[in-house]
Parts: sequence; C-alpha cells; structure tokens
Amino acid sequence: MAGLVTALLAVAALAALPALGAGAGMAKVFGTIVPYVAVAIFVAGFIKKVIGWASTPQPFSIATTGGQQYSLPWVKQAKFDNPSTPGQTFIRMALEVLCFRSLFRNTKLDNRPEEGRVAYGSDKSLWLFSLMFHYSFLIVFIRHFRFFLEPVPMVITGVEFVDSILQIGVPTLYLTDVFFVVGVTFLLARRIYDPKVNYISLASDFFPLFLILAIALSGIYMRYFAKVDVIAIKQLVIGLVSFKPVIPPNIDWSFYMHFFLVCVLWAYFPFSKLMHLGGVFLSPTRNLPNNTRMERYINPWNDPSIKPHSYADYEDDFREKMIEAGLPVDKEA
Amino acid sequence: MSKMAPPEEVMNVNYSTPAEPWMDVKPEFKLGNYSYPGKPDVLKYLGLPNPRDWNPEEEDWKLPPDWREIITDGFRELLKKYRSLKVFMDVCVRCGACADKCHFYIGSGDPKNMPVLRAELLRSIYRGEFTVAAKILGKLAGARKLEEDVIKEWFMYFYQCTQCRRCSLYCPYGIDTAEITFLARDLMNRIGVNINWILEPVANCNRTGNHLGIQPHAFKDMMDFLVDDIETITGRRVEPTFHRKGAEILFITPSGDIFAEPGIYTFMGYLLLFDYLDLDVTWSTYASEGGNFGSFTNDKWMKKLNAKMYHEAQRLGVKYIIGGECGHMWRVLNQFMDTMNGPADFLEVPKSPITGTVFNNAKSTKMIHLVEFTADLIKNNKLKLDKSRNAGIVATWHDSCNTSRGMGFFDEPRYVLQNVVEKFVDMPSQTIREQTFCCGGGAGLNNGEFTEMRLRGGLPRGNALNYVQEKFGVNTMSCICAIDRATLPGLADYWAPGVTVTGLHELVGNALVFEGEEERTMNLRQEDLPGIEGSEEEE
Repeated sequence: MAGLVTALLAVAALAALPALGAGAGMAKVFGTIVPYVAVAIFVAGFIKKVIGWASTPQPFSIATTGGQQYSLPWVKQAKFDNPSTPGQTFIRMALEVLCFRSLFRNTKLDNRPEEGRVAYGSDKSLWLFSLMFHYSFLIVFIRHFRFFLEPVPMVITGVEFVDSILQIGVPTLYLTDVFFVVGVTFLLARRIYDPKVNYISLASDFFPLFLILAIALSGIYMRYFAKVDVIAIKQLVIGLVSFKPVIPPNIDWSFYMHFFLVCVLWAYFPFSKLMHLGGVFLSPTRNLPNNTRMERYINPWNDPSIKPHSYADYEDDFREKMIEAGLPVDKEA
Repeated sequence: MSKMAPPEEVMNVNYSTPAEPWMDVKPEFKLGNYSYPGKPDVLKYLGLPNPRDWNPEEEDWKLPPDWREIITDGFRELLKKYRSLKVFMDVCVRCGACADKCHFYIGSGDPKNMPVLRAELLRSIYRGEFTVAAKILGKLAGARKLEEDVIKEWFMYFYQCTQCRRCSLYCPYGIDTAEITFLARDLMNRIGVNINWILEPVANCNRTGNHLGIQPHAFKDMMDFLVDDIETITGRRVEPTFHRKGAEILFITPSGDIFAEPGIYTFMGYLLLFDYLDLDVTWSTYASEGGNFGSFTNDKWMKKLNAKMYHEAQRLGVKYIIGGECGHMWRVLNQFMDTMNGPADFLEVPKSPITGTVFNNAKSTKMIHLVEFTADLIKNNKLKLDKSRNAGIVATWHDSCNTSRGMGFFDEPRYVLQNVVEKFVDMPSQTIREQTFCCGGGAGLNNGEFTEMRLRGGLPRGNALNYVQEKFGVNTMSCICAIDRATLPGLADYWAPGVTVTGLHELVGNALVFEGEEERTMNLRQEDLPGIEGSEEEE
C-alpha cells in the first residue's frame, strides 16, 4: 500500500508542477528545456542499457521449449514454440512481441480442496488487456506524429480516420483513447485487487501506471474539454523538432501538464521496468533456437582448462579392484 | 513422514498474503522445509570455500568475515558473464503471470515461492548494489541492503526451487527462474552456503563416476546381479561389456538406474533391448553417471562432470553415445554439453545400425536419447512387442520437466509407451507436455529431510495423477527421469496410493519377444504376469 500511495503522490506532484509553473512564466522551461533534456536522457539511457545487455555474452543456448522438438521425420515439430532454425525462431519472437504469445497461454490456479481437486483454468484477461493497452498506446503515439510532421503523411491521417470512425462528439472521439484508459485501468486495478499481484508490487510498479494514466487523462482533457489551440501547439512542437524552439501564446496549462508528464515518462523510461520494451528482444530463452545438439553454440568465456577427473587417475585409484572384478584396465598393475 | 498431515488437509493451502511487506518477513527454518548443509570434508574435497559445521536453524551461520564483498564481487562477475542474468534482473514487470505456476507455491502458499518473488530476492540486491536510481530511491524502487537475513532467505528459497522452468514458459519475457536459481546457488557456494545432497553426489561423481560413490567393482557386481535376475525372468543370459574399446556405442544412464527400485527394472529393460538387437554397445564405470549434480552447483562443476562423457567416448574409440532415461542429464546434454566440452569431432553422427536412420538432430553432440532410438526401431518394425505382457496396466505419462521445457521431448516417449501397453490415458492437458508439473525432487532436492516440502510441492502432479486414477483407473505412471523414478513413488503413495511408477524401458523390456524364447511367467519386477497366476502351483 505504501508503494501505491507514494507513486500516486509523486505523479500528482509531477502533474501539479507544470500546471502551476507554466502559468507563472515558466512556459519556456516546460516547453523547451525539459523536453530536450528528457529526450536526451531517454535516447542515451536506452542505448546504454541495450548496449549493456547486448555486449554481455550469452554463454549458453537456453531456449525454453514449448512444444515438440525437431526429431525423427515422422514426428511433427512445433516449429514456432520449439524452433530449430533461425527463421522459426524469428517467427517465435514475432509472435511473442506482436501477439504476447506466452501470456496467451496463461492459466489461473483454482484449488478446490472441498472437491479434492486443483484445476488450472485458462485466463486470458491479462493477455487481452495488456494487448489492448500496448496497441492503443502505439496508435496514440503514431497519431501524435501529426503534430510534428508537415505535411501530415497519409498513413497517419489514415490511422486517425479509422480511430475516429464512430464519429462521436466534437472533436470526434478516438477509440484508442477509450481502450487506452480501459487497458491501463485494468492493469492498475489488478495490481490493487489481486492479492498476489498486490503483494509483489513496488512503488516502481504503480508509478508508471499512474503516470501513464495521468498522461492519458490530461490528453483527453485537453482535446475534449479544454479544446486547446492545436495550431499553437503544433507550432511549438515543430519548433522543438526543428531545433528552433518558440513558445506561442495562448497555450492552455493543460498542455504543459500533459507534455511535462510525457517528458517525465521519457526520462524515467531507461531506468525502469519499462525497459522490457528493449529487453524482450534479448531474452535468451526465447530468441535462441533449440538446435544445440545440431549446431555447436559458442561460449566466449568457456574455460578449456577445466578438465574432467581423468580416466587415468580413476584407474590409478581403483586398478586393483577393477582387475579383481574382471574389468578391463589400460595399465596392468 | 509420520508427522505429515493427510492429503485432504495439505490440499487446503492458504493463499492469502501476509500483512507485512515481503522484505520484512524472515525465513523460518524447521525440519522439513530445508536440506542439510554441505559437510566440511566434502567441501574440502571439492575445493569449495568455508568448510565448517553449521546449522540453518541456528542464528550464526559462520559466514566468512568478508562475505559481503564475496557476494557483491561474485554478483558483478556473473552479471558480466551472463546476459540472461542481466536481462532477467532488468526486465521483469512483476505482472504476476508466473505467480501461480510454481508447484512449491501451489503446494505451500508461501508467496516467496512465487517465481517473481523468488527472483526479487536477488533483484532487490542487484538494484541496491548495482543500479544508481534504486540506490537513491531504496525500498521504493525495490532495493535493499545485503544483510545476513538476505542470505538466509536465498538459502531457503533457492533450495526450494527445482529449476523445472514451468514459470519461464508463461513469462512474457521468458524469464527463467532455473537460470536465476542456478546463479544464486553459484553465489551462495562462494561463501559456503550449500546443501550436502548436492555436494556429496558431486564429489562422488567426480571420484567414482556415479553419485552414490559406488566403486567400479561394486558397480559391476550390481550389474551382474541384474543380469542374473534377467536370466531368472527370461531364461536369457545377457552379456553386457564394460570399457570395451572399439565398440560402436557408449551407453550412459543415470546411476540411480542401477542401484534402486524402480530404476533397476528400467536398467534391465536397457540390457534386454541391447541383447535383443545384438547392439555393439559398451558400458563404463568411469562415466557411469548421466545425471549432473554439478549443474546444481556452478558452471565449473557442471562442465567438469559432463566432460567425462566425451573423455570416455574418445578413450574407448566409440562412434557415438546413447543416453538413457534421465531428466537434467538431458537438459545438460541438450543445451550445454557441446558448448562446454565440444566439438565432438572424434565421434560420428549417430546412425542406427538396425534401421539406418541418421539422427540429424544430434549431428553436433553425437549423442542421442535411447527413447528416440527405440521409437525409430518400433516405427520401422524392428521390435516384436507383446503388449499383453503389460496387460492390466492402465498407463499415464509423466513428462519430466527438463526433457519437456529444456528439449521438447513429448511424442517420442508417448509413441513408445503406446506400443508397449494396451491402455494409455494422458493426465489433464494443463498438467502435461510443456505445462507439466514437477515431481518436486529436481535440482538436488530429492533428499530425506526435505520430504515434507517435496510432498507439498507434489500437490499439482499428485492431484492430476489422482484424477486419472479415479476417473480412468490409471494404475501406472511412466516417466523418463531417474529423479522422477526416485521421487514419484513416494509422491504417488501419498497423493494417489496404488499407482506404480515405471521407467519407459522397463515396459519395453517386459513387452520384448525374443525369437525362440521360453514363455515368460513374470515381469521384470518378478511379479506374475496376468493370466499366469498360480501357474507354478499347478505344476
């Protein structure tokens, strides 16, 4: 509970900062300096972390196999759960990254002592809501490109068109805004109400969820309620990406709040569990084929000086007894 | 055992979480939930640090004075050597998908047996020692200081993990607790915190070639004893050879198969099959242990013990190696052997001398699984099998963890089993194949003092077995792992009394029909075959 409260207070404080500060003549700080610093931290931190992983040797090929291995010709291999070639491994990874394959498998413990049995029911809720959350996040992210690309590419207008296809309200409602909030709320609720998950949760698990929720809600407030001056915001953003920062007047405080929270997310990212974004690609149980009997895998620090207790020494130890038992020996006594 | 509550009671697990945060809960050692520490003379023989007498139930664990530096330096070293560790320390989001997948959690309800929390025991120190942000934020970021209680917690929970990898299957990032446990045990070994039931077998395997410390002449005596039994049962005198140079095949199986029931029946099955095929195969007393207790210790000992297999194959000049029915032996063979001790360029790609099948799936290690070999024989009609010799058996199949999630060995053994028994039923789908549940005795936990915890951890497997026993009349559970053969009988006695545990080649050995053989009246356990009861009295 302490973790939850701390995280919530931290996000509240972070949200209040720009809301108050931008109005108090600090628009330049929140509109130019903070985003530059945040993005720099994100890029440098992300690269450093990924290089740190990638430059560490993976000594052994340790695929966690999820189906039938490559075997005799008449045995059907589970190619994508137990890949034996790089191509199959690529598909396994793609299924993992794009479809959350392992999470799809999730089951739920159902212990019924009164019936004397324990069952494991399929549980796809975490899979469904995290997929919803991640894809909504991606689409929202892509949609935002219209703010700093001029002219706006067809792809992005296309995404926007589909996303607002229901034509509800003015400005029209983006479906992903709804899915995004639903997804993140589910993840948060699960952390609070599932006793197991609650017990393992740290402040650093609640913090990103509150932060992302605050980003979503502030964005929704800007768009649907404050109906902020989009042209002015686009001017600011284009100024930033073209390294000619300008602070147009008439930008609502809610924009600074939204923008600052996004900057916090950028800067926080490389130091947090959010790095699972990069890490999932480097997981050795998933990104290696199960072909270790077919192809020799090389461990760069394999120490050739580690030798077995040799047969010769073994025979020296037991020669008399071996001869007596009629076991062949290399050297007679 | 006498103190163990009945299954109905043990099933009633309390899954609620403690009121206090997990960092504030201290481990409580009591007989039944931990294994005895490594004996000083064993540590001395292995050259492991800090040999001493100590007791986990006592306050003072007699750690070396600089234990903190040893752990942090060791941790730093492992982070540089293992990408797996580095990634697994960084990317866990604590989603909890793994939480209810561990058999020890399911059977004990102890939240620290949730794989995520088991790994957090290590991660909290990683953050506290090696990450800047968490050092500053401390507990908020899940970091904590390295205290003696942390080491005690490690000892408790990293020796309450059988490295079965079931959690890894469900993890969206493939975080492998087996890998984390393996490295945590490596760290603990550096300050003399370890268990005897792993280290003594390591020492024995090193010196005598098998985990029990059986000397070569005694090993041969045991083999002779089984050869005599085979003669009693089948009237055939099989003639296995030892250390025969120039043989085509070296056969290696876990030494558990030669010394204890029910492994010995599987061993007799091997001997019968080799005799039936007149296979040019030899045994070795030097490399007589397939199981690798070194892999429960550190990478050095894993490599050193495994190296015997190639060393012996080279010395004898065989063409390739066949391995018997074993779990973690096969995980080590499949995923580590070639890397550590290859290339095996003095061997040939295995080719069945009976069917001509080339085993391309082993073209680098040059080592195949006996079950692959047998499945190929059956498919090619090279074995005359009489299922009725196993009549009365309603069999189910226990997928051993290591061959399941470290290999993917599912259809070959089922094919063999279905060809030697009349009735076969699988246990519920969420408890078999890659989702299989552990016997509770893997990774060095099959010792007497740990029985209570192991039987609790056996709840999921035992319950699934009990289910098919009641529903389909299953009376036999077959498996291909020596630890299973040692552990599952006790598990079955407790959770599903009346179910017999067999290896696969025991049933093959029973079913094999030799040309011109005398009629068999007994199975390999010297029990009367069905329909032959009382035949002797009638004579």
